[in-house]
Amino acid sequence: MKEFIHNFFVTIYKKFTKEGFDEVMKRFAKWRLASLLAFAALILSACSGHPYLSTLQPAGEVAQKQYDLMVFTTWIMFGVMAVVGIIFVIVLVKFRRKDDKIPKQVEGSHTLEIIWTVIPILLVLVFAIPTVIQLFDLADVKAMDKKNEEGKTDALVVNVRANLYWWEFEYPNEGILTSQDLVVPTDEKVYFNLIASDVKHSFWIPAVGGKMDTNTENTNRMWLKFDSEKADDVNNIFYGKCAELCGPSHALMDFKVKAIPRAEFDQWVGNMQAVKEPVQATEPLAQQGQEIFNQSCIGCHAVTPANTTPEAARLAPNLTTFGEREKVAGILDHTEENVKKWLADPETIKPGNKMSGTYGELTPEQLDALTAYLMGLKVQGE
Amino acid sequence: MSTMAQKKGFGAVLWEYLTTVDHKKIAHLYLIAGGFFFIVGGIEALIIRIQLLKPNNDFVSAGLFNEVITMHGTTMIFLAAMPLLLGFMNAVMPLQIGARDVAFPFLNSLGFWLFFFGGVFLNLSWFMGGAPNAGWTSYASLSIAQEGHGIDFYALGLQISGFGTLMGGINFLVTIINMRAPGMTYMRMPLFSWTTFVASAMILFAFPPLTVALFLMTFDRMFGANFFDAAMGGNTIIWEHFFWIFGHPEVYILILPAFGIFSEIFAIFSRKRLFGYSSMVFATVLIAFLGFMVWAHHMFTTGLGPVANAIFSVSTMAIAVPTGIKIFNWLFTMWGGSIKLTTPMLWAIAFIPSFIMGGVTGVMLGSASQDFQYHDTYFVIAHFHYVIVGGVVFALFAGAHLWWPKMFGQMLNETLGKITFVLFFVGFHMTFFIQHFLGLWGMPRRIFTFLPGQGLETGNFISSIGAFLMGAGTIVFLLNVVITAVKNEKVGNDPWGDGRTIEWGIPSPPPFYNFKQLPLVRGIDTYWIEKMEGRKELVPAEPLGDIHMPNNSFIPFMISLGLFIAAFGAMHHGDQGNTWGLPVLIAGLVITFGSMLTRSLKDDHGYHIHKEELIDDEDKGVRA
Amino acid sequence: MHAEEKMTLEKWPASPERQTLEAKNKFVGFWLFLGGETVLFASLFATYIALKDSVPKSDMALAKDLFEIPLAFAMTMILLTSSLTSVYAMYHMKNFEFKKMQLWLGITVILGLAFLGLEIYEFNHYVHEFEHTFTSSAFGSAFYTLVGFHGGHVAFGLGWIIALIIRNSKRGLNLYNAPKYYTASLYWHFIDVVWVFIFTVVYLVGMVG
Repeated sequence: MKEFIHNFFVTIYKKFTKEGFDEVMKRFAKWRLASLLAFAALILSACSGHPYLSTLQPAGEVAQKQYDLMVFTTWIMFGVMAVVGIIFVIVLVKFRRKDDKIPKQVEGSHTLEIIWTVIPILLVLVFAIPTVIQLFDLADVKAMDKKNEEGKTDALVVNVRANLYWWEFEYPNEGILTSQDLVVPTDEKVYFNLIASDVKHSFWIPAVGGKMDTNTENTNRMWLKFDSEKADDVNNIFYGKCAELCGPSHALMDFKVKAIPRAEFDQWVGNMQAVKEPVQATEPLAQQGQEIFNQSCIGCHAVTPANTTPEAARLAPNLTTFGEREKVAGILDHTEENVKKWLADPETIKPGNKMSGTYGELTPEQLDALTAYLMGLKVQGE
Repeated sequence: MSTMAQKKGFGAVLWEYLTTVDHKKIAHLYLIAGGFFFIVGGIEALIIRIQLLKPNNDFVSAGLFNEVITMHGTTMIFLAAMPLLLGFMNAVMPLQIGARDVAFPFLNSLGFWLFFFGGVFLNLSWFMGGAPNAGWTSYASLSIAQEGHGIDFYALGLQISGFGTLMGGINFLVTIINMRAPGMTYMRMPLFSWTTFVASAMILFAFPPLTVALFLMTFDRMFGANFFDAAMGGNTIIWEHFFWIFGHPEVYILILPAFGIFSEIFAIFSRKRLFGYSSMVFATVLIAFLGFMVWAHHMFTTGLGPVANAIFSVSTMAIAVPTGIKIFNWLFTMWGGSIKLTTPMLWAIAFIPSFIMGGVTGVMLGSASQDFQYHDTYFVIAHFHYVIVGGVVFALFAGAHLWWPKMFGQMLNETLGKITFVLFFVGFHMTFFIQHFLGLWGMPRRIFTFLPGQGLETGNFISSIGAFLMGAGTIVFLLNVVITAVKNEKVGNDPWGDGRTIEWGIPSPPPFYNFKQLPLVRGIDTYWIEKMEGRKELVPAEPLGDIHMPNNSFIPFMISLGLFIAAFGAMHHGDQGNTWGLPVLIAGLVITFGSMLTRSLKDDHGYHIHKEELIDDEDKGVRA
Repeated sequence: MHAEEKMTLEKWPASPERQTLEAKNKFVGFWLFLGGETVLFASLFATYIALKDSVPKSDMALAKDLFEIPLAFAMTMILLTSSLTSVYAMYHMKNFEFKKMQLWLGITVILGLAFLGLEIYEFNHYVHEFEHTFTSSAFGSAFYTLVGFHGGHVAFGLGWIIALIIRNSKRGLNLYNAPKYYTASLYWHFIDVVWVFIFTVVYLVGMVG
């Protein structure tokens, strides 16, 4: 490595002569193979990102299948690059100009042409077959159409609605909805209906599976499975991203996925379903906050999880579980200070968001009160 | 009219360039304008990388960042890469096929001025309310929702530029079909002329869908139509289809001429003819054909369904086959040859591993189920920069060095050329290699910042440093251009010594009529054949006679200016309280159609250079 | 053969539209241009087919409610006839009969104007009787764009032919303007073919589909 850097700087600083440059290129030729191997080692090493976010640390069946295909393809591509690389290095080392002789002018070689046409065709077939099989596997959402006697599906279905710049997750079979933090059970297929309410977004949980766009004119469908062991490794929180440019705060449209065992998930659903009325705050400061909330915020933000309001009226994230969410506004750490920061000036935190300018300036007392109220919005209890 | 170069004043030179219909001067115009926009796009790239140097950076705001990424992509593809390639095609192709100019010199000039005014119009958006901000792909739901005129600048600017490109495509096609020198069959044409031919055919068929898409966008935004408004029955996926039916062939339009440039370079600097010429031609045509059948691989996550995704996935991966054929043929051109590492050859050699890396990630992206993870992440950004920079930009630097003497009569400095190469090459890999991983680690594209603690800091930092090295390399290249111009050392017709094709058999730069007598073509690599048989010049195919030349004209400039003016009217006529929009739109169109009518009503027979003047030149011209 | 040469019947070649290099270039170039135009109209057809049933309210007029086949048929016959008259014009051009060529081109123009007149009447009818406008729905936008672009091409073609008739009235036929007439007639045939597709895909399918 040191010699590599030495060579590199020698070429920059040394006075350029033809001989000097040629000599250095010869030295570099040796390093090409070494660097190729170094890259291979780098790729296979622990440079695999964070387990809650990286596609290289699959935490579910879909991501695992995609990862396996990715690795398979990469190995074959390495093989191809090795073949080309060997010819390339030989050519550069062996056929440099030594004299003024005109080399033999070769028209071509039928044999070689056939070889390097047929082998790539075979390689393409080798990729194509697992790809097509996997495509149909990943697109299999038949379980979403199978309705039982109650008119519901046996499988868990989540309706994802993407908005500028927040996510809504509705559970049609359970009759509840939430925002920003998607709660799912582990070790079973979860099915998704995907749509957007304003512009095109894209729903992506990198560690768990590939993405699918949320369009404005049609519903897309996909399934994911969340592995319980991998979920344990990340404290049950996976990171979700918006993956289609949707405006200035596209970068800030993160959501979180809480992947918990089925029993806990059922409990959460039960707790949510039990909330029929807005929970009344008990502390005086929080009560003040609730008063302010009911005069203004409640016009867009619901604090009950029933999915009975029509979609067109659900203009802002549902805040039933705000107090126990991972982040504020999807991106800030979940602290009182950050809640106040967000409420005081949302435009600075998320430029272009739809809450900016919908209410007047809040006094510090109002901010304290609202924060106390919002932080108390929970369904899991202490 | 004397054929000798006259000492001209600045005003005369300016007027000459404003009215020229000479393909060689138009090439200069394309190179200057394209080079200028390349710098603009490069500055936009540096702004992006500075903003992404660290998490939660505030070098530019979120809104401005979206404008910068949009303009970076749009400028680089439409206003830098395409025009620079068109510049080389203009400068070199007619010479390579032994023609005196292109088929339609007037249209050639019109093509340039339309591109120029379209590009200027688009970039005026920076100063007139904000640049477009929906990405260079301008997907319909986001772009329709944009208030302000940014997207209008995009739609109208690209429409005007696109007309110019379409004209260029038709022009080159007819030139190659009708005007090859005697003896030049199709299978004796140099590869660069072949790739010009095939790319021009692609332009002819790929640009109309973009034209339609831009009209639909213009109508929706400025005239109340409902193509993309879901509430009124519209559908935004139509835009995606049209854009990519254009957009995918577009990237092959960019890469095929680049391949052509490298084919010339490998042969020249290995002193060996291109290995597998017929296979190379076949592979070029196959890539062009397949290029029209893969567009939905940009839409795998749109929700077209597994059948559509499967079909497009297989057809996408199939393009690896003809591309691989080309790589092997280049390697075997060098095999057994006598390789000289000049600056163009360095770029060509560096292109092979760089482009292959981009190509293999392309195959991976083409596998649709994997693409669900890669799509819209930095993995895609890494892939396309590897193929576009490692393919097209390398070819542009290589072609610039190779043909500089032929276009300007001087050689660029080899030492500075090699410094440019090292800086740019190292910077390029440093910037883009790590981006493959950033994408795999979960970083979407088109994000103005990234949050701390998600594992993205180091990669972005390294990537940003690399960008500055590329900038440094580009600056060294510009210095090279200036120093070369100042030094003004003339060279002969074959300064590299190993030229194989016709352009190296005529003076550097060529006389404005190119050939006193059209050359006789006796095989592939015409000039090489003559050199190997001991001749210093090309064999003439006709006796010395009068040469018919086209007249200069200011009308192309006027036609383009009219559309430029009309675009302002179209954009603003719908604004609240606007009164001047419609009159300006009409006035602009009157200028355009009026100029066209002026052109059509007069007879324009050109002029003739008489035989006697050509004989005079014989004694005074520069000979290699 | 020089383009500026004064021509007589004896000197007039068999294919006057492709005798000079410039003429050959225009011939090939224009066919290629028509190839590009074909892709352009194909894209407009695709858009129309995708959006032809897309209206925001169920009580809005669709193809079945709007189109009157007799009118569309009349327009088709007029345009087809104008193509035929342009063929007569080219026949006379090949026989160096300048005045007859100008006459038949004039008749072509009159038929083309009749076509446009009927189309304007048709659009006016839709706008006033059905409130079917460019901005009323996606169907409306797609319809008027496809049929309107075609109409725009007809108008441009008429302007082109009229300009040729006028500009050459004193010059007569020569090898410089023969290719101009020829490419104009190629263009005219092209928009006629496009209209046949419009009649089928928009009007006929609209009544059935």
